[in-house]
Amino acid sequence: MTQITINSGSTRLGDTDRKDLWWLPPMSVFLALSTFVVYATFRVFYNAHYVIDTAESAYLLSPLYSPLVIWKDMPSWLSPAILVLWAPGGFRLTCYYYRKAYYRAFALDPAACAVSERKKDYKGETRLLIIQNVHRYFMYFALVFIVILGIDLVHSFIWPEGFGMSVASLVILGNVILLSLYTFSCHSLRHLVGGNIDCYSCVAFGQTRHKAWKGVSKLNKNHMYFAWTSLFMVAFTDLYIWLVSSGVITDIRIF
Amino acid sequence: MDKFTTHQYDVVIIGAGGAGLRAAIEASAQGAKTAIICKSLLGKAHTVMAEGGVAASLGNVDDRDNWQTHFRDTMKGGKYLNQWRMAELHAQESPDRVNELEEWGAVFDRTKKGKILQRNFGGHTYPRLAHVGDRTGLELLRTLQDRGVHAGIDVFMEYTVRKILKEDGTVSGCVAYQRETGQFSVFNAKAVVIATGGTGRCWEVTSNSWEYTADGHALAMWAGADLMDMEFVQFHPTGMMWPPSVKGTLITEGVRGEGGILKNSEGKRFMFDNVPDMFMGDYAETEEEANGWVKAVVAGKIPKERRPPELLTRDVVARAIRREVLAGRGAPHGGVYLDIATRRPAEEIKKKLPSMYHQFKQLADVDITKEPMEVGPTCHYTMGGVKVDPETQESTIPGLFACGEVAAGLHGANRLGGNSLSDLLVFGKRAGEHASKFAAGRSDFPRVNENDVNDLLKESLKPFNESDGENPYAISEDLQKMMQLNVGIVRTESELQFALEEIKKLRVRAATTKVGGNVQFNPGWHLALDLNNMLDISEVVAKAALLRQESRGAHTREDYPNSEDDWGDVNLVVNGRGESVEVEKKPLAKPPAELQELLNK
Amino acid sequence: MEQDVKLQIFRGDKEGGEMVDYQVPRIPGMVVLDAVHSVQEKQAPDLGVRWNCKAGKCGSCSAEVNGKPKLLCMERMDKYPEDATMSIRPMKTFPVIKDLVCDVSWNYKVNEKIIPFTPKKGERKFYQYEADRVQEFRKCIECFLCQNVCHVLREHELTDAFSGPRFLVRSAGLEMHPLDVADRSEQIVKDQGIGLCNITKCCTEVCPESIAITDNAIIPLKERAVDRYYDPVRLLFRKLFGKKAAKQEA
Repeated sequence: MTQITINSGSTRLGDTDRKDLWWLPPMSVFLALSTFVVYATFRVFYNAHYVIDTAESAYLLSPLYSPLVIWKDMPSWLSPAILVLWAPGGFRLTCYYYRKAYYRAFALDPAACAVSERKKDYKGETRLLIIQNVHRYFMYFALVFIVILGIDLVHSFIWPEGFGMSVASLVILGNVILLSLYTFSCHSLRHLVGGNIDCYSCVAFGQTRHKAWKGVSKLNKNHMYFAWTSLFMVAFTDLYIWLVSSGVITDIRIF
Repeated sequence: MDKFTTHQYDVVIIGAGGAGLRAAIEASAQGAKTAIICKSLLGKAHTVMAEGGVAASLGNVDDRDNWQTHFRDTMKGGKYLNQWRMAELHAQESPDRVNELEEWGAVFDRTKKGKILQRNFGGHTYPRLAHVGDRTGLELLRTLQDRGVHAGIDVFMEYTVRKILKEDGTVSGCVAYQRETGQFSVFNAKAVVIATGGTGRCWEVTSNSWEYTADGHALAMWAGADLMDMEFVQFHPTGMMWPPSVKGTLITEGVRGEGGILKNSEGKRFMFDNVPDMFMGDYAETEEEANGWVKAVVAGKIPKERRPPELLTRDVVARAIRREVLAGRGAPHGGVYLDIATRRPAEEIKKKLPSMYHQFKQLADVDITKEPMEVGPTCHYTMGGVKVDPETQESTIPGLFACGEVAAGLHGANRLGGNSLSDLLVFGKRAGEHASKFAAGRSDFPRVNENDVNDLLKESLKPFNESDGENPYAISEDLQKMMQLNVGIVRTESELQFALEEIKKLRVRAATTKVGGNVQFNPGWHLALDLNNMLDISEVVAKAALLRQESRGAHTREDYPNSEDDWGDVNLVVNGRGESVEVEKKPLAKPPAELQELLNK
Repeated sequence: MEQDVKLQIFRGDKEGGEMVDYQVPRIPGMVVLDAVHSVQEKQAPDLGVRWNCKAGKCGSCSAEVNGKPKLLCMERMDKYPEDATMSIRPMKTFPVIKDLVCDVSWNYKVNEKIIPFTPKKGERKFYQYEADRVQEFRKCIECFLCQNVCHVLREHELTDAFSGPRFLVRSAGLEMHPLDVADRSEQIVKDQGIGLCNITKCCTEVCPESIAITDNAIIPLKERAVDRYYDPVRLLFRKLFGKKAAKQEA
């Protein structure tokens, strides 16, 4: 027989009765997100091999550097990626899904359900983190970025002799699709297209807005899935372009 | 230990199900200082288990419906033993009560035109049951609860009432103990409303929760009020049969309303052979016709076909299932098959019967969109109860009211599905209204006889002082098994006699139950006290069943298989005022000519 | 022959208590509540546990099975390994009354403060596609498992500042009701403390009614709070065109 006290407030971080591998999901998230951040940071400061802009190939640009902002006397220490990455970065940082992921995996607040935390002055998203409410503005930017990446995608199909396709075009296509799904499944978008209405039959364009809300809601159920796959795809697209541009591999033309 | 606290209220309501809450809202709205005492937490009452819907002739789906038809259906379903005035009031007022719920925030399923949707149910001529998927009871209870918490009603949760107090023949309050602490409280009141529900825990296979230990029936009888129609106990035809842990758990009649069919082990749809003379010609005679009806209903049209025989009244279907099982054509666990899987697409089943899908998937590993369910009769509803005045719901004791399942009269010999939720609303409101009027007519609080209270305390604490008594769970289990076997769906004189003998023996055992622990939240002790109600009311049911030498509605006597004309106009009234329980025949009130004409149609 | 079920059940009260070992026979299809009842019937009649419907519809039998918040009546025994001992404890967030019974009265007090349903005048007409969203919230059986698991209440004990997922769901059901005209934005932000929720979704994980609490109730309410309090463009719009315009916009 074990002596226990209930609700004494003397719980320690990680205290729980759970007998399953509760630490596994936060640990995986921690590793995956960290890997991405390290990779992306490295690539941003690497500041090379992010574009293939030659006479033999279509114009292929890494999504980390799109849209490409460079000018004549740009200081060499300044990576063009920094100038644009704040937008998709901010979109992900304030995303309702990623918030859950890093509050759990990084802040351990909580690490997992029914697992004890450190006692500390908890403010949730009321004080400093009230900034998370800016998410919808990042979403507006993210929508613009979908257009920009769409243009990059078109470029990836324009080859010197005309329309063509390579593995790189497909990779970029996959990236644009996943990023679109991620962006169009956004909670803020869901709210703005129709979630803010209570009585659809009482307002102008109610039916249309209900349909829009329904559509985004359907995507929204998989927001987490899109968040991960698109994140992976961004990194993979960049890596592919890096490898091609540095000559490690050759981009294979399909037609 | 003989200390108790005292509270004073104009109106005290015992029970926080649909009827109790509706009564409390009304009493409070009329200006009475109102308290609710309930055995569980607020919002957990058995009303949440009502699945199919609330019957009201709104005519939203079929505009031919009106209160007259609802009245006729209710009387016919009750085999004309109903109190006609209650059936009339119920049919007339239930549409208002349902609309009122919507005004209070209930979100019923909608018709294409944006009105409250209504579904078909056993015994109702037209689609009449306003519903929310298959969780109508929860919606009703939550709506009333949310309304109630803003109405200034004091709620005493997890208190069990042990006695109704009287002074000079009139109600003066009640005594309850708090389950958490075991402390007793006296509620000094000008009027008391009993809304405690039914008696289902007296049987082994039941859809009822632990709360249904006949509390209100017993409290009223002990206080000297008359009970009526106690021989009529409804066995719902479709309870779960497997696994053992969920035996008796309800499967909504809505499954059949949505097109589900009953089959025996030979795959035969046996209900076509089980249409009683009384309903001959009202139901489909071929599978084709029955299928046509389902098709029309699903398409939202008004069917030209007659409805499938699976939608006969509950007593008829329950007996038919029992016959199939006795004839050896049952399913492996003693039931028959209820099949919706082959009748409707999986998506529609999940949409219309979500909690049934969930319940079977989780508890029985059965996917009802792919396989049939195994079902059998389960004790479900007590038609009998406190004899009340149809207009005011006042019992034979001044100031003591009853409403909902614990009151008798509306349903006669058998209740139609969906009529219980409307019963709660219509008569809950009436009870609350008249209880507050009664209270307003009394200037001072009635005196409480402290000796009565002290006697009760002493008696209630007895199980703690016994040195070698029995575990109350064992006695309760024996009672339930005995009642299931001998006072079940089909009864005979010898079995009923035997049951009465057994109850005597059980009473001796129950007198010396022993419980361990202390008075704090002690379920063993609670059950030991509840055993008194269950034993007394079991005896009442057996006695009434023995006296009614015919078969009618939910009461079936193997030795008297037919309905007899000279039993058709008498109710059995029970009084427990003397040394022993007396059951007497009382003539049934006859409806006025214009209503009688409706019935003759 | 199947093995007996081995249980450890918390026995005690607010003063403290201990985990007590029990063994009960295994029955096909049994749920955890059956095992607890079996202990009650044969070994410890005074074992305190709440239950009512035994079909997952009333939300009375909430507790923690092997550390996870569950309804005892819906938790099949055969999900768990036969030879392991199962631990059953009361909900951690609420004070213990006795054994598995907790004092959940705080929830009822919070509920009373929510601005009640306030219907608009006139005809009550709305359609199923509008009802659907609200009906999801109205499935709530008030088992309070979400309140129990929510770390804002469970770990940080901010019971004065935060109303918990259950009551955000209730507010969502009222706010999004097609007929309701009351404005609860201020209450949701200031009294219910929606900002304290960091959307870590444990409430959604434990909900026995599978209500998407975070995605469908809390996040939409957070977005509505942004509309009202944090969206700079909207704030400016309201400053410039006054409250009337803001109302029309809503």
